[in-house]
Amino acid sequence: MIVVALPFHLQKLAKVEGDVELYLEGTVTLGAVLDALEMRYPVLRGAIRDHVTLKRRPFIRFFACGLDMSHEPAATLLPEPVVSGEEAFMVVGAIAGG
Amino acid sequence: MSGVRVLVGTRKGAFILTSDEKREEWEVSEPHFAGWEMYHIKGSPVNPNRLYASQSSGWFGQMIQRSDDGGKTWEAVGNEFVYDGVPGTHQFYDGTQHPWEFKRVWHLEPSLTDADTVYAGVEDAGIFRTTDGGKTWGELPGLRAAKGHLWQPGAGGMCLHTIILDPVNPERIFVAISAAGAFRSDDSGKTWKPINRGLKSEYIPEAEAEVGHCVHRISLHPTRPNTLFMQKHWDIMRSDDAGEQWHEVSGNLPSDFGFPIAVHAHEPETVYVVPIKSDSEHFPPEGKLRVYRSRTGGNEWEALTNGLPQSDCYVNVLREAMAVDTLESCGIYFGTTGGQVYASSDNGDNWTAIVRDLPAVLSVEVQVLP
Repeated sequence: MIVVALPFHLQKLAKVEGDVELYLEGTVTLGAVLDALEMRYPVLRGAIRDHVTLKRRPFIRFFACGLDMSHEPAATLLPEPVVSGEEAFMVVGAIAGG
Repeated sequence: MSGVRVLVGTRKGAFILTSDEKREEWEVSEPHFAGWEMYHIKGSPVNPNRLYASQSSGWFGQMIQRSDDGGKTWEAVGNEFVYDGVPGTHQFYDGTQHPWEFKRVWHLEPSLTDADTVYAGVEDAGIFRTTDGGKTWGELPGLRAAKGHLWQPGAGGMCLHTIILDPVNPERIFVAISAAGAFRSDDSGKTWKPINRGLKSEYIPEAEAEVGHCVHRISLHPTRPNTLFMQKHWDIMRSDDAGEQWHEVSGNLPSDFGFPIAVHAHEPETVYVVPIKSDSEHFPPEGKLRVYRSRTGGNEWEALTNGLPQSDCYVNVLREAMAVDTLESCGIYFGTTGGQVYASSDNGDNWTAIVRDLPAVLSVEVQVLP
């Protein structure tokens, strides 16, 4: 089980409260978690990554176990504590604006 | 008894204001989509409880929301806006050619005959259409063929902000783009042509160029769809032949810079604008918020001030932020960047703020309900 922490506005879009839990089969990569997240909550398609290129939106960040994984390729393996569900994979709205 | 519903899009959410036909007491909803930029909300003329809303964010991109109960509940529908084919390039600020990139939906125009069909005006400028209630969107790429490589963004971005569906000729569509100009299709959006003859813009290299004019808004009266009124970056313009030729009708306005323009619901020669001091100072001249009304189709304008602040007022009124209702005594509504929505239930003679202190208002639409 993977735990994903979403920012407030994405929780509202997905109509969830708090963290979401995903069950993935196979290798748990950054891209696989995002694929599973969008599969479970189609409304998030386009809100985290571009529909076509799957590029991360500029003001979205990905954190895991104190690491900034925002610039990592989709095939990057997630840290073991995230894979085991001990730590959340965090989708974060970058600090910006007033 | 009829009811009136005003749909207000702001920088930080949408608000729905309701009243009976007297338009004296108003109920203001809690914010919908709080924290999101709501560029435009508009109802279907076929089914007034079917609303479409453009919800966007610098963080999370574009969403389209649909309601079937007049805004009580909403459902996110399709948000995939992909330009048709290889979209090519347009002029950029630095003079280079820049690839078309989708940024947001500025305007949603529901079909006059089908509640599931809606047109969307987007930045970078293009027009999309859905025929399945917003689930999927496809571009009408013929518009960009109308000299799109020469279009360039204005300060607000290269946005398609105005879509008018001709109520008499179902195959005719008008659009306006900043900063490209006005365009018309006579074949339901397959092909388009610029309709900018007569516009003069001193801020572009060739003042009477075929494209490149910063059109802020176009409006028409449904019974006279060949007569168009335009608020350009500077100048109020009029065309009586569906945009083939324009002439200036700014007349005695204190400034002919501004953003919105609206036509009275029952008087095709009565037009409303909100003069703004200049393109460098986006607030009313002399700090006085004045709507100007022409009852002669332009040129002769009178200031409407009763109930509007006449000192120390430095708000702006954006291009989507004015609308008229169709009740017997025509109601006029406009929203400001200061968060007020002003309404007049007597053709503009008297005004009152029906809500204050909202976030900056981006758009105002009004519906008369049975």
